[in-house]
Amino acid sequence: MAKFEKANSVGEWLEQRLNIKAINKVMMTEYWIPKDINFLWAMGVLLATTFTILVISGLFLMMYYKPDINLAFDSVNYTIMQEVAFGWLFRHIHGVAASVIFLIIYIHMLTGIYYGSYKQGREMIWISGMLLFVTFSAAGFSGYMLPWGQMSYWAAMVITNLFGGVPVIGDALVVWIRGDFNVADATLTRFFMLHVFLLPIAIMGLIGLHFYTLRIPHVNNQSSDEFDFDAEAEKYLSGNKKESKVIPFWPVFISKDLAVLGVFLIFYFYLVFFHYSFAMDPVNFDPADPMVTPAHIYPEWYFLWSYEVLRGFFFDIAGIKAFDIGLIAFAFANGIFFVLPWLDRDNKILPAHKRPLFFIWFWLLVVDLIVLTVYGKLPPTGTNAWVGFFAAVAFILLFVLLPVITKLDQKRRG
Amino acid sequence: MRELKILAVVVVLTLITYWGVEPFAHSQMHPHVDPVNYNFEESDRTTSKEAVEKAQKALAEAEKKADEKAIKGAKADLEAALTFEKTINAFWDANKAAITATPNVANGEALVTANCTACHSIESKGFPKLMDDASTAGAYGVATPDLGSAGKLYSKDYLIAFINNPALASKVSHKFTDGRAHPMPSYELMNTPQEIADMVAYLQSIAPKEMTNKEVFADACQRCHGIKYADMQKGTMGAFSPDADIKKYMGKLPPDLSQYIISRGPDYLGKFINNPQKLLEGTAMPRVGLNQESQEQVIKYLEEIGASKKAQREELGPKFLIYLVIFAIFAFLWKASKWRDVH
Repeated sequence: MAKFEKANSVGEWLEQRLNIKAINKVMMTEYWIPKDINFLWAMGVLLATTFTILVISGLFLMMYYKPDINLAFDSVNYTIMQEVAFGWLFRHIHGVAASVIFLIIYIHMLTGIYYGSYKQGREMIWISGMLLFVTFSAAGFSGYMLPWGQMSYWAAMVITNLFGGVPVIGDALVVWIRGDFNVADATLTRFFMLHVFLLPIAIMGLIGLHFYTLRIPHVNNQSSDEFDFDAEAEKYLSGNKKESKVIPFWPVFISKDLAVLGVFLIFYFYLVFFHYSFAMDPVNFDPADPMVTPAHIYPEWYFLWSYEVLRGFFFDIAGIKAFDIGLIAFAFANGIFFVLPWLDRDNKILPAHKRPLFFIWFWLLVVDLIVLTVYGKLPPTGTNAWVGFFAAVAFILLFVLLPVITKLDQKRRG
Repeated sequence: MRELKILAVVVVLTLITYWGVEPFAHSQMHPHVDPVNYNFEESDRTTSKEAVEKAQKALAEAEKKADEKAIKGAKADLEAALTFEKTINAFWDANKAAITATPNVANGEALVTANCTACHSIESKGFPKLMDDASTAGAYGVATPDLGSAGKLYSKDYLIAFINNPALASKVSHKFTDGRAHPMPSYELMNTPQEIADMVAYLQSIAPKEMTNKEVFADACQRCHGIKYADMQKGTMGAFSPDADIKKYMGKLPPDLSQYIISRGPDYLGKFINNPQKLLEGTAMPRVGLNQESQEQVIKYLEEIGASKKAQREELGPKFLIYLVIFAIFAFLWKASKWRDVH
């Protein structure tokens, strides 16, 4: 064992045992971030904060929530919302954060796509991020089931039904997921387990991985300038702060993040107190009733784009059933982002405005995602169904064309 | 400045998406309906006319497509709409005599006590329930209301219309066809308009001046609807009629209203209570006929029970926001001080 001398302060005592100065340097004061960034680079800290808010508010909600189909609805809408001191506040905080976190995730993802921060060594950052997107989606879906309202029940019904489309084992898979032939008490209790234990643990692990993946390739910057981080860090440490292209995570980078966070929190808490029904659908304040199908069934807004890709194929093509085509398209939509680093054939990292065709591709993608999102909620009849169909086809085509487009950009640059 | 431009793009795209999935989507899913109208005569004349116009349009549409089956269906619908328009207009024409009559309260008292108290209690005037709620529900389908507050909850015109023909006045005549009759008989056949006017005048004379929101809810809604969140511990706020009876009478169990202020919202509730058929065609729920003051009290009560923390939320919100504005200001000052050295 190492020899320990008497410590003169708590800091020294901890330093002897944990080497906190070194950790602090590595994680904070000498963790280097590019200086040439804008507020979009703060989305990571916004997400970490929002996730923390979700965990803390979730812990309080769990103290009163009852995962039983006969008790769940009243435990949320009566006990938590009306009886427990400030229970309503924790529920609003949790419900609105669950919705808003997806807005930030989408901004974070599109920022990564725009600035090309997913390729040439940054693939693992992108993939770990996509894994977070998937686990957050699962957490959002499982959480939405817990109040056991009409939308909880029917969304669970529709989404678990999708697994029936898996060849050969489909029907058995649906029963296995539900724990019953129907969406029932067993389903609610297991989704409760997923929502409060397995998924949060997985998310925490993945957040750790996501942070770690940034270590070696480093954070990208807004002009995709490639430089030697060690040399720039040298400059900074020797006092040449103005000329150095890097800043330390603490306190310079975090000071900007906190400023952006301040604005975000004003927006977020405004929603929590005064404008929350977009995240807490009024339809879900009707208790689940297996005998009454709601007039309109739709998922939460953040799933609408992929739901519309699923729904867009509403007629059989070449003998293949509409349901199966939709399911394949849905699987494509949810999987294709994972391989984005390899669909982009351009060998240089550049922001979209320096890649003419990719620039057009990017904005077409954004427009298509918005169209899919909006039409994903509308009743799929008449013109709506056709808009959905063409938007879904456009989405697939965009990704099919991406390798060609990126290669052309590279060629034209010479 | 570049950051502001980026922010503008993010904000605009977010707002477009929000507009699409909230206000726009809801306007597509829930078509616009006429506003609340407490003049029930005018409301009935307008809606029946609109129903005829709608049926005519549907017929024209079907004829354009030359679809024989659709044309036949549309013709039958139009026929029904025209018949109903005639019926409802004649009904309100007939109500005129009683509405304009000069009433005699003393005669009204004699008539009410002779005609109504066999089925209805008037506890405030010493006429107790002859049977309990479960028994009257068993006998008539639904527990019968006490008449003490009728003159307060409903307008004179509506009471006259209701006593004359309960099914037409409450817009549930579609339920009472093929020999089935409304449990309360139509008095237009048994009494003169003057007598109807006298009865209504008596009911108005005995009505209390003030009622609590809860009392209004109990007299107007609770015979069919429970609101269990109003008393979760003792469970005293269920519907007065037993589930089995009311389910048989209405076709399905009327919902508990504990969370309706949130699931439906005050605007929808107002329009729905004022005229259920307008939003849910064919529903068994009667137009109860509440006047403006009573309807507002009912909605207020639903809010007291279903959204009991609203006041606390509205009070706490601004404090949170002020705190966060201060936090944001300090965060920006700190940022400025840290970035001064690096730029």
